[in-house]
Amino acid sequence: MLELKNIRFGAEAEGRAVEIIRDISLTINDSKFVVITGPNGGGKSTLAKLIAGIEQPTSGQILFNGTDITNMSITDRARLGIGFAFQQPVRFKGLTVLDLLRIAAGKTLTVSEACQYLSEVGLCAKDYISREVNASLSGGELKRIEIATVLARNVKLAVFDEPEAGIDLWSFKNLIRIFEEMRKSDSDRTVIVISHQERILNIADEIIVLTDGCVSKHGYKEEVLPEIIGSSFAKGACPKIEEGDSENA
Amino acid sequence: MPKMDAVQLQLLKEVADLHDVPEGAYNLRANGKSVGRNTTANIDITTKTEGSGIEIHIKDGTKNESVHIPVVLSESGLKETVYNDFFVGENCDVLIVAGCGIDNCGTQDSEHDGIHRFFIGKNSRIRYVEKHYGSGDGSGKRILDPVTEVHMEEGSTMEMEMVQIKGVDSTHRSTIAELKADAKLIIRERLMTHGQQEAASVYKVTLDGDGSSADVVSRSVARDSSYQKLDLCIIGNGACSGHTECDSIIMDKGRILAVPSLEANNIDAALVHEAAIGKIAGEQLIKLMTLGLTEAEAEEQIINGFLK
Repeated sequence: MLELKNIRFGAEAEGRAVEIIRDISLTINDSKFVVITGPNGGGKSTLAKLIAGIEQPTSGQILFNGTDITNMSITDRARLGIGFAFQQPVRFKGLTVLDLLRIAAGKTLTVSEACQYLSEVGLCAKDYISREVNASLSGGELKRIEIATVLARNVKLAVFDEPEAGIDLWSFKNLIRIFEEMRKSDSDRTVIVISHQERILNIADEIIVLTDGCVSKHGYKEEVLPEIIGSSFAKGACPKIEEGDSENA
Repeated sequence: MPKMDAVQLQLLKEVADLHDVPEGAYNLRANGKSVGRNTTANIDITTKTEGSGIEIHIKDGTKNESVHIPVVLSESGLKETVYNDFFVGENCDVLIVAGCGIDNCGTQDSEHDGIHRFFIGKNSRIRYVEKHYGSGDGSGKRILDPVTEVHMEEGSTMEMEMVQIKGVDSTHRSTIAELKADAKLIIRERLMTHGQQEAASVYKVTLDGDGSSADVVSRSVARDSSYQKLDLCIIGNGACSGHTECDSIIMDKGRILAVPSLEANNIDAALVHEAAIGKIAGEQLIKLMTLGLTEAEAEEQIINGFLK
């Protein structure tokens, strides 16, 4: 269970103090699939970073399975079982996809085990396993590898910051399948996804709407989705995807 | 295996990955003396009649053979300059492994300066690996000032892997190459300095012949208070293509001066240089920390990958 108690986070922008997260209190229960949505600049990515420990709150408390993790480092939170997928995946000169997956798994993965994670994100393993995670990979490829590193960790809480950003149509459909599989494969795992996409909102158990650093709505998908559908933060998928779906149907 | 002590054997392992006598031609040099040599039907090694060093003669058409010429120094205060000349015939395909390991536990400086000259025949292909390594906790410095000269005939190819990762206090490396038509030179240098070490690496590659090409890439890391100067120059005198790249990471109080330079003396010379120096990107550290590594472990992984 993840509990956020009176979390505030401020930063300085153009010489003045700005409060990005304003007194957020939330409880996310185990095995839930929660999508956080809301207008741009509402504080979604900041909230995800606060959970992973990449940012420290100005005040408030974060509890993970009863343990106060507010002052814990990124590393310690990762070791407690919190995974984080970056919106803009990081590139590394020299580190290969296999290196990164091995670091993520925390053990010597066999090539076939590593390949399994890549197949889950729709990459043909033999083409990628020894590729460097550098600028030679496209944005979509990097995003899928980023997700594979979270899958390889077998975490208790996985936080995905806008996974759909910068990926192609085929990957987007595959992405939804990955999230559905994640829910099925490990009943204890909680998934938090920052997203604007209706298709991702649609597979959520719960939806949280963040506006101006505050929780403006939080409830079951069935209650929240009808209220926000069609807004800028619950966008339909690209028409081509919808078209593709009806053709496949 | 020739008589070598444990320290010398360790040095041999570090610079040439050798646990035992290599197959094929070799010349092992320890503390200023040749301690083992083997020649083959196609590769002859002879001691120079004047000065210190050896000559390696590789017959035309020699393929899939190797030459190992590692040097180890474990005596403090030993200083030597060795001249090794490689005469490679035409249409050969040979691996040459050189390298020097110095262990200095004493108070006097130890120095090995290897002057290697390569004369590569037409259409031959050479892969050259040179590793430098230092160990020992004495106050005497471990110094290596190698000079490599490469003369390449038409259609020849040379791939050079130059590695110095640990323990050498001072190095001034100079590599000069001249390429005739359709010759191809590929250089991959990996360098890491730490403590108070200083390293200078100077490359001057002259592309004389039409169709010749060079790709010179240096990746380096300067830690602690070490200093590096990387001077990579390509001169295009023919219709040629050249690329040089210095990619460096600085840590702690490390300093690097990168001086890539190009000189085109022919309208059809296409030359490119790239240079980048910076510390490890914060987001790279954060990414690996979210995978459960500490900051120090993340740093180590990034450096190891970068220098791999």
